[in-house]
Amino acid sequence: MKRRDFIQYAGLGTGALMVPSLLMGNNIPVEALLNPGMDVITKKLLADVALNTAKSAGATYADARIGRYLNQYVFTREDKVQNVVNTESFGIGVRVIANGTWGFASTNNVTEDGIKKATMQAVAIAKANSKIQKEPVKLAPVPSYGEVSWKTPIKKDFKTVPVSEKVDLLLTANAAAMENGANFVNSALFMVNEQKYFASTEGSYIDQDIHRIWPTFGVTAIDRSAGKFKSRQAMSAPMGMGYEYMDGLDSEKIAGPAGLNLYRNSYDMVEDATLAAKQAKEKLTAKSVDAGKYDLVLEPNHLGLTIHESVGHPLELDRVLGYEANYAGTSFATIDKWKTKSFKYGSDIVNLVADKTEVGSLGAVGYDDEGVKTKKWDLVRNGILTNYQAIRDQVHMIDQNESHGCCYAQSWNDVQFQRMPNVSLEAGKEKYSINDMIKDVEKGIYIAGRGSYSIDQQRYNFQFGGTVYYEIKNGEIVGMLDDVAYQSNTKEFWNSCVKICDKDDYRIFGSFFDGKGQPPQISAVSHGSSTSRFNDVNVINTGRTI
Amino acid sequence: MAIYTKEEARQIMEKALSFSTADACEVNLSGSESGNIRYARNTVSTSGHRSNQTLVVQSNFGKKSGTATIDEFDDISLKKVVERAEELANLSPENPEFMDILGPQSYDDAVTFSEATSKISPDYRAEVAASSINPAVSKDVTAAGFFNDSSGFTAMMNSKGLFAYNKSTSSNFTVTMRSNDGTGSGWVTRDYNDISKFDAVEASNVAIDKAIMSRKAKAIEPGKYTVILEPAASIGLLQNMFRSFNARTADEGRSFMSKEGGGTKLGEKIVDERINIWSDPLHPEVPASTWNGQGQPIKKMNWVENGVVKNLSYGRYWAKEKGVDPVPFPSNAIMGGGDASLEDLIKSTRKGILVTRLWYIRGVDPQTLLYTGLTRDGTFYIENGKIKHPVKNFRFNESPIIMLNNLETLGKQVRINGNLIPYMKVRDFTFTSLSDAV
Repeated sequence: MKRRDFIQYAGLGTGALMVPSLLMGNNIPVEALLNPGMDVITKKLLADVALNTAKSAGATYADARIGRYLNQYVFTREDKVQNVVNTESFGIGVRVIANGTWGFASTNNVTEDGIKKATMQAVAIAKANSKIQKEPVKLAPVPSYGEVSWKTPIKKDFKTVPVSEKVDLLLTANAAAMENGANFVNSALFMVNEQKYFASTEGSYIDQDIHRIWPTFGVTAIDRSAGKFKSRQAMSAPMGMGYEYMDGLDSEKIAGPAGLNLYRNSYDMVEDATLAAKQAKEKLTAKSVDAGKYDLVLEPNHLGLTIHESVGHPLELDRVLGYEANYAGTSFATIDKWKTKSFKYGSDIVNLVADKTEVGSLGAVGYDDEGVKTKKWDLVRNGILTNYQAIRDQVHMIDQNESHGCCYAQSWNDVQFQRMPNVSLEAGKEKYSINDMIKDVEKGIYIAGRGSYSIDQQRYNFQFGGTVYYEIKNGEIVGMLDDVAYQSNTKEFWNSCVKICDKDDYRIFGSFFDGKGQPPQISAVSHGSSTSRFNDVNVINTGRTI
Repeated sequence: MAIYTKEEARQIMEKALSFSTADACEVNLSGSESGNIRYARNTVSTSGHRSNQTLVVQSNFGKKSGTATIDEFDDISLKKVVERAEELANLSPENPEFMDILGPQSYDDAVTFSEATSKISPDYRAEVAASSINPAVSKDVTAAGFFNDSSGFTAMMNSKGLFAYNKSTSSNFTVTMRSNDGTGSGWVTRDYNDISKFDAVEASNVAIDKAIMSRKAKAIEPGKYTVILEPAASIGLLQNMFRSFNARTADEGRSFMSKEGGGTKLGEKIVDERINIWSDPLHPEVPASTWNGQGQPIKKMNWVENGVVKNLSYGRYWAKEKGVDPVPFPSNAIMGGGDASLEDLIKSTRKGILVTRLWYIRGVDPQTLLYTGLTRDGTFYIENGKIKHPVKNFRFNESPIIMLNNLETLGKQVRINGNLIPYMKVRDFTFTSLSDAV
């Protein structure tokens, strides 16, 4: 942690939500969110200024991204509104190849003059860096798509929903938690709209309108006399959806074990906050787990992060090749293992897919940030490592000639690079419910929701926790557990996967703030799965006495 | 030009305040120029330059406040941003915890600016990369590193007459060296306000030596070990501990600092009596800002004295609720050390583990401040006062409170991430599993 993080934490309590400052633009009045912004004809004219300037300055390739990023965040605690934030960021980023080398520059001066200047700067950087470049950039071919557009299929635009309605919803959820035994509750609603225009010298002009939403909370219950406190996090997921995610439709609810309410494509925040308060209180007196080997039954809102850390990250090609060695790390899933075509990443029933098209997911877009139409592809099929995640300038390194379409930049003023697509575990093919799964377990633990997570820099050894834990004995849930964390090794863990519930149990989890690169950039990504069983996993007891 | 002098900053802020019609108005002005270079696989991958300037305006009507920002400072823009802040204030709900802006304060002059750092050129950055890459190539290792430098100012002014200004520079360097046989990895970090203290060749060689020394590590059983923690290894756990030095969460009963039955651990001994932790923005090795974004002066402050909690931070609202003076969170942390060098600490160890760095540290239980994470980039077994061989990396599950209670020896202090932290020898550090990661 850097010194500035000390300052950020000043005055913030447990459960306080951190907003990375990178996400912020300039503060604007709420009505300004509805301003349509620059029209697409003007965007095309301005993008062409960048492309033509680059070409006449000697660039062999150029792309321009005109981006308008609108964010609205609402923060509350108990019966108070802490903050309502509306921000806008607008500008253009120009990337070029000159002398076989990348160059990038950006400006918030989106005029002919401003764009020419930024483009010339990008070309100058490329030419300067070409002196130390060892191998010229090699781009995989991409079709020319002409003028196309894509929109997140939303039903309700968050920008048209009054702030008061959002505040009311959060305060109602907080009140429900307080009435049901919570001592503290912090809740927040993050809403994002990326309006991105992409043009490149390959002949594509792509206009996209992307929406994301994330409601979340943390509920804390306290026993002052025992000096104990316990928290339960929301069972929501960040989604690539509009405000309709907040409707709390019964048809999207799944009745989980132990009275848990689980949510698919619609979230009932008040219902979840009510149960969260009861469960936080129950955690205060829950049985402390006996360390040892258990069969784990992992719920998708929990398993999503395990997939993210142990499958998503190790299969990023730039990590595998060493480009991230000084920050995020490298990977155990080396090229030589992949080339054998027989590396057993998981058991035969494990199929892990990368997908930039799944409806409702955070990673879903029509085209990536270098103008490649998105798709779905296998990473692990029948347990065997089959592919990586790679973009236009990388795929030739794994003897492929088509980009996977997973290039992304967090903003117009950051350069795009390879980012994790949605990575999901396919549902089991046979009819099999969560109740069927629990019935089959003799000694196990059911883990739901997101908790503590940590994994090494090559993605072998990990330790994860959830937000609630239930003991399973002889096919039945017998009570709540506490102080649970499991430790395993990626390959061992995925090879211990013996059962996966069917598609009726499938739902997606996600992260708004996946970080990578230096300087760091964030990216939003989803991970779908059905409840899955992993046999004989090492569980430790995390309780300590001080 | 994003860096304004004190007078230029004063004029811009006075102009902005002149447009205010709110009950109170406060403006924060900042600007910076920063540059970076990134390299991997023994070649430069990216380099960049960024220039930022921002004016943040906060306007208040009673307990309603609005904030607006702008990056252009002509009269029309300044008027527009003040109007926008007032518009937002009028629309916003009342904040029951709103605190009125402060009046004039007196601040110490910060010593955070270095002329040399402010003049770093792209050539200098390329030279830093070369200082890693060239020796790496000759020693059969691969370098991946990042160097960033920044020069800037922050200033604030409000309608009650408060004025503050500070100029600062910073630089950060990290490099990972991996042996080309894939079995060894070394790492180093350096950060300075004054770049003339930085020696990229010396730093890079530390990482190269560790990469070579850590090749072909042997597995030893996880368990409780005496460890020598380099400051880069302990800093993560210590900073997580410092975060709990917050009076409000302690009073609310949801922090390690909360006491059983009510109240807080202020005044209680929580760690070994040789532990002293304080903050001091004027310390010449780790200079920091002498005021914070709310205009509160930051002075030298004791946090842990002889193992006893001496202060918790109080925000202005919570201080008022509790009838005490506000205690701003510090801008740096200094932990008292001893005379022992790293070599001395190794020499005096019969059996133990030397840890270069702890990584991916995450909270496991906020009640006991239990954290998990892994060793990385150079972990070595010590026997009878000598490094015997590299060992495979471990996962740990440990609380900084237990760590500081199990203190054996404090060594020399080293600057790390703007803080001053000593080498430490600690007994019974808990490693819970092995990792194959290099």
